[in-house]
Amino acid sequence: MLSLDLSFYNWELFTNYILKGLLFSVQLTVLATVGGIIFGTLLALMRLSGKSSLVYPATFYVNTMRSIPLVMVILWFFLLIPMLIGRPIGADLSATITFIAFEAAFFSEIVRAGIQSVPRGQGYAAEALGMTYGQNMRLIVLPQAFRNMIPVFMTQTIILFQDTSLVYAIGAYDLLKGFEIAGKNYGRPIETYILAAATYFVICFSLSKIVRKIQAKVAIIR
Amino acid sequence: MALDLGVFCKNTLDGEVVDHCFSAIFGLAKNSDPSYLDWLMKAWGWTLAVAGLGLTIALILGVVMGTLRTLPNNGSLSGWLVRLSTSWVELFRNIPILVQVFLWYHVIPAFIPPLKAFPSYWLVSIALGFFTSARIAEQVRAGIQALPSGQRAAATALGLTTAQSYRYVILPMALRIVIPPLTSESMNLIKNSSVAFAVSVPELTLFAMQAQEETSHGVEIYLAVTFLYALSAFAVNRVMALIEKRTRIPGFIASNDASLAH
Repeated sequence: MLSLDLSFYNWELFTNYILKGLLFSVQLTVLATVGGIIFGTLLALMRLSGKSSLVYPATFYVNTMRSIPLVMVILWFFLLIPMLIGRPIGADLSATITFIAFEAAFFSEIVRAGIQSVPRGQGYAAEALGMTYGQNMRLIVLPQAFRNMIPVFMTQTIILFQDTSLVYAIGAYDLLKGFEIAGKNYGRPIETYILAAATYFVICFSLSKIVRKIQAKVAIIR
Repeated sequence: MALDLGVFCKNTLDGEVVDHCFSAIFGLAKNSDPSYLDWLMKAWGWTLAVAGLGLTIALILGVVMGTLRTLPNNGSLSGWLVRLSTSWVELFRNIPILVQVFLWYHVIPAFIPPLKAFPSYWLVSIALGFFTSARIAEQVRAGIQALPSGQRAAATALGLTTAQSYRYVILPMALRIVIPPLTSESMNLIKNSSVAFAVSVPELTLFAMQAQEETSHGVEIYLAVTFLYALSAFAVNRVMALIEKRTRIPGFIASNDASLAH
C-alpha cells in the first residue's frame, strides 16, 4: 500500500502553479458562457425565424458542432485560425475562440427550448398589441424564456467548466495543467492528480448545489 | 486551397506513395509498409474498442445505480443503497472526464497493483464507463420516476416483492422510456473517447495529432478523423433507433416528458 504525503501542497505552490491555471479556467468559462449565450441566442432566433436562408445555415452549424468531439473542435480551430489569418495564434486565444464557437451551438439549443416553452399566447398577445418582432422578442418572449432557462444555463456552465480541462490537447495552461506541472516539478504526480480531482469536485459539486437552490426560486408559477 | 487526399496512400515511414492504399489491412501486399490509411483504420478500431467497452460498463453500472436511487426508503439496507448510488452519481459527474482518465491511468494502479497489468485502453474504458454511468443513472432514475405511481402500487397490491416489482413491472417500462436519452449519452461516450489520446491510446485523436505533424496535411487528416467520429456516432444512433422500434410496447405511445429530454 502506498502512502500519500500532501505536506508539499502549501500556499506557495498554490500561488506559483495552481492560481494561474485556475484563473484561466474560470476566465475561459466566463467568456465562453457570455459569448455562447449571445451567439447562441442569435442562432436560436435564426432557427426559429422560419426563413430557410437563416434556418438551414444555423441548423447545419449547430448539428456539426454537436456531432464532433470537443477535442477535435479544439484541434480544428488551432489548425485553421492560423491558416486563415496567416500568422500563429496562442493556445489561450485559440481556446477562447473555440469554446465560444462550440458553446454557442449548445446554448442555442437551450435558448430554442426556452423560447418554445413560453406559451404561444404570449407572443400572439404582444402582436395583437401592435408590437414589432423586435419588441415582442425583447420585451415579452425572451425575458420569460431566459427566466425558465437560468437553471439549464448554469448546469451547462458547470459542464463547460469541466470541459475547459480539454485544452490540454493544445497545451494551454489551465487548472489541470497547473496541477500537472506542479506534480512534475515536485516529483509527486499521484498526489497532484488527486488534488486536481478534489479541486474540480469541490467547485462543481458546490455549484450544482447552488443551481438546485436557484432552480426552486426562479420557477414561474402559472 | 485544394485537398490532397493522396496523403492517405503515403507510407508512414518515409512519406513515399505506396502501391496499395489498403495494403496491410486486406493483405494485398504483405511486405509493404503501412500507409496512413492503414493507420487511420487501425486508429478507428481502437476508438471503437475503447468506446464499446466503455459503453458496456456504463450501461450496466448506470442502470444498476439509477435503479438503486429510486428504491423505497423502508429499511436500513435500502437506505444505504440509496446513499451509495447518490454518492456514486455525484462523485463521477463532478470530476472532468480527462481528470478521471488520469486518475485511472496514473493514480488508482498505484493503490491497486493488479491494475498495472491492464492495458491502458481498458483503464480509459473504465474511466469513460464510470463517468458515463453517472449520467445514465440520472436518466434511468428520471425514467423510473416518470412512471405513474399506480404501477408500483399495483405491483405491491399483487403481492410482488420490491425486487419482483422492479423486475416485472417498473424496469420493463422505464428502460423503454429512457432509450432516447440513452442514445444521446451513447453518442456522447463515442465523442468523449477522444480523451484517450492523453494516455497514448493509439486512437483517432492521437492519430490526428501525430499524422498532422508528420504530413503537414492537417485539414485532410482532421476531415477523415472527424468523418469517422460522426459515422460512429451515427451508427450508434441507428442501432438504438432499431432497438427502440423492436422493443416498443404495442399501443403504448412513448411519453415526451420534458424532464427526460436532457
